[in-house]
Amino acid sequence: MNELNLFGAQCPIPINEYPHVLMAHGGGGRLTQMLIDRMFVPAFDNPALEALHDGAVLEVGGARLAFSTDSFVISPIFFPGGDIGSLAVHGTVNDLAMCGARPIALSAGLVLEEGLPMDDLWRVVKSMQAAAANAGVSIVTGDTKVVNRGKGDGVYINTSGIGLIPDGVRVSPKLARPGDVVLINGAIAVHGIAIMSVREGLEFETTLESDTASLVDLTARVLETAGEQVHTLRDPTRGGLASALNEIAAQAQVGIRLVEANIPIWDAVRGACEILGLDPLYVANEGKMLVIVAREAADAVLAAMKDHPLGREAAIIGEVVEEHPGRVFLRSRIGGSRVVDMMSGEQLPRIC
Amino acid sequence: MKFIDEYRSEADTRKFVQAIQKTVTRPWTLMEICGGQTHTIIKFGIDRLLPEEITLVHGPGCPVCVTPLELIDKALAIARRPEVIFTSFGDMLRVPGSETDLLSVKAQGGDVRMVYSPLDAVKLAQKHPDREVVFFAVGFETTAPANAMAVWQARQMGLKNFSILCSHVLVPPAMEAILGSPHNLVQGFLAAGHVCAVMGYWEYEPIVEKYRVPIVVTGFEPLDLLQGIYMTVKALEEGRAELENQYVRAVTREGNVPAQKLVKQVFQVCDRQWRGIGLIPNSGYCLRPEFAEFDAAQRFEVTGITAEESPVCIAGEIMQGLKKPHQCPVFGTECTPEHPVGAPMVSAEGACAAYYQYGRK
Repeated sequence: MNELNLFGAQCPIPINEYPHVLMAHGGGGRLTQMLIDRMFVPAFDNPALEALHDGAVLEVGGARLAFSTDSFVISPIFFPGGDIGSLAVHGTVNDLAMCGARPIALSAGLVLEEGLPMDDLWRVVKSMQAAAANAGVSIVTGDTKVVNRGKGDGVYINTSGIGLIPDGVRVSPKLARPGDVVLINGAIAVHGIAIMSVREGLEFETTLESDTASLVDLTARVLETAGEQVHTLRDPTRGGLASALNEIAAQAQVGIRLVEANIPIWDAVRGACEILGLDPLYVANEGKMLVIVAREAADAVLAAMKDHPLGREAAIIGEVVEEHPGRVFLRSRIGGSRVVDMMSGEQLPRIC
Repeated sequence: MKFIDEYRSEADTRKFVQAIQKTVTRPWTLMEICGGQTHTIIKFGIDRLLPEEITLVHGPGCPVCVTPLELIDKALAIARRPEVIFTSFGDMLRVPGSETDLLSVKAQGGDVRMVYSPLDAVKLAQKHPDREVVFFAVGFETTAPANAMAVWQARQMGLKNFSILCSHVLVPPAMEAILGSPHNLVQGFLAAGHVCAVMGYWEYEPIVEKYRVPIVVTGFEPLDLLQGIYMTVKALEEGRAELENQYVRAVTREGNVPAQKLVKQVFQVCDRQWRGIGLIPNSGYCLRPEFAEFDAAQRFEVTGITAEESPVCIAGEIMQGLKKPHQCPVFGTECTPEHPVGAPMVSAEGACAAYYQYGRK
């Protein structure tokens, strides 16, 4: 059997455990990680991919380019605070920004469902246009496909993008080191709860809006402020803050300690999480970024973030430590401590 | 946040921990009944703040964990049928049956949907008259009123395409089963506050009398639990076997009388199998004969399905307080939340999942 495996004839995902793809394989947690680690990375094996960053970093003619791609399958396609169009642009420009790059150009691939109102498509396209203009990036190439009615959720979008990494910028999840400080630019879990509030079967009344936004400008400010003292950038989207920090801790082989009371969270979000039995640390974010910087630079970076419209509620939420490499601990509000693990499966609401 | 932060104050936590330290003079084993309480204890690290004389063991109050395997197999059989929309609370979807779980049935084309309330399932039945809508009605006394209301509403609306697969369980008989066991280690109970919010706490008076054990009705926030632990330890130290109520802001002796009435109208007490524990007489609810038309097990003729538990899973011993999750030979190895061998690893309320998720290895 082992011999067969060497030639890649056998599926690397344990077939008796997962004979079919489950929703959790796309959830950004442990099963997504399993697909990446066991299937994609060995299959496509190359150094740029192995860095497992938000995007790949490629050296081309002396310049360092960041290259990233992201697909968007959100339902509903219009939601409070945004739509699939703005989200698709922000997703890829933010992935590029998290590599320390200034985005240059995007591609857009649209998969449309037969019967989609043309007005809806126009709204999505206008929203993509506005988001791209706001991020200072051009959509330079694209593709359109239409699938039969019932085979898609109105519209799916893939965006890919390239960006240029300036000299003097070197960020990677692997560069987080003991003594560093962990910052976030604002309140967590807003996007996930805003989407949930309009999802079928779960409509609840809230004034929450998704915080989807381009992080390009804020990232530039942070990098101007602290240069190479900025070690790691990450936008904690699917899988939430907990999964993003677990990935960083594992890749850098460091421990991370969080202080629950310092993590910004709005009452409306906390209340919804309490009622639904969700842990906000695992709820998806948009327009949020984690910044891991050398301790000496932390105050200056915090001030620079607070000075930016997307960083008014920025806060220092934790630190990088030598102990417990690969794991994230949290000091709870009452002073106890616990491990914050990677999200496992989908986050499922409790019975009572 | 109002009404939350008051019960998560670090300063007050310290006061309670000190009071417990001053009161305790010898080892005591307490059981919190409800999985929600287990979760709070582990999530906030309460057990690590307590003096070492106090051992907390985790009770059977996780509805997902005690739902018998064969009922899950029945659910899977029903959910596979093309005419069925199978609805369930979120954390039942991942509970393993003998071979698979509801999420996998969904991946293979079954129409499995998560709902937040059984009344949403009733609405689905109204909306899809050509489909059969089934709700997986599990839970303790806490969820019984809403499930009873769903059946009652379906009857009022004359819905012919709605039914429930029912596996309701009751707390007091489970406590008696634990106390009556010759291996019992539990010396005091934190009763489940939310169950008592519905049922009141008069049902526990005979248990206190018969077994001479202190029971404190306890809430779910960190300070609720610490106060409940303090009250139980104080009673034990003073040699008192009494029923006390810590959760006064939600629980009265009588409970929610209209809810109890509705439950009695729709359900009757029956014997029930508990996963990992076995048959406990008079420990559950099933539909009254006059509501039998809403019984999914009969409607879809799945009454013949039987199943065997995994021989390595020690869920039963864990839920009786005899063992801790990490004492299980497959904990964290063969049995993880992605691939649970036993149900306590699935639900957020399950003791094994709480230990795993919060790093108690």
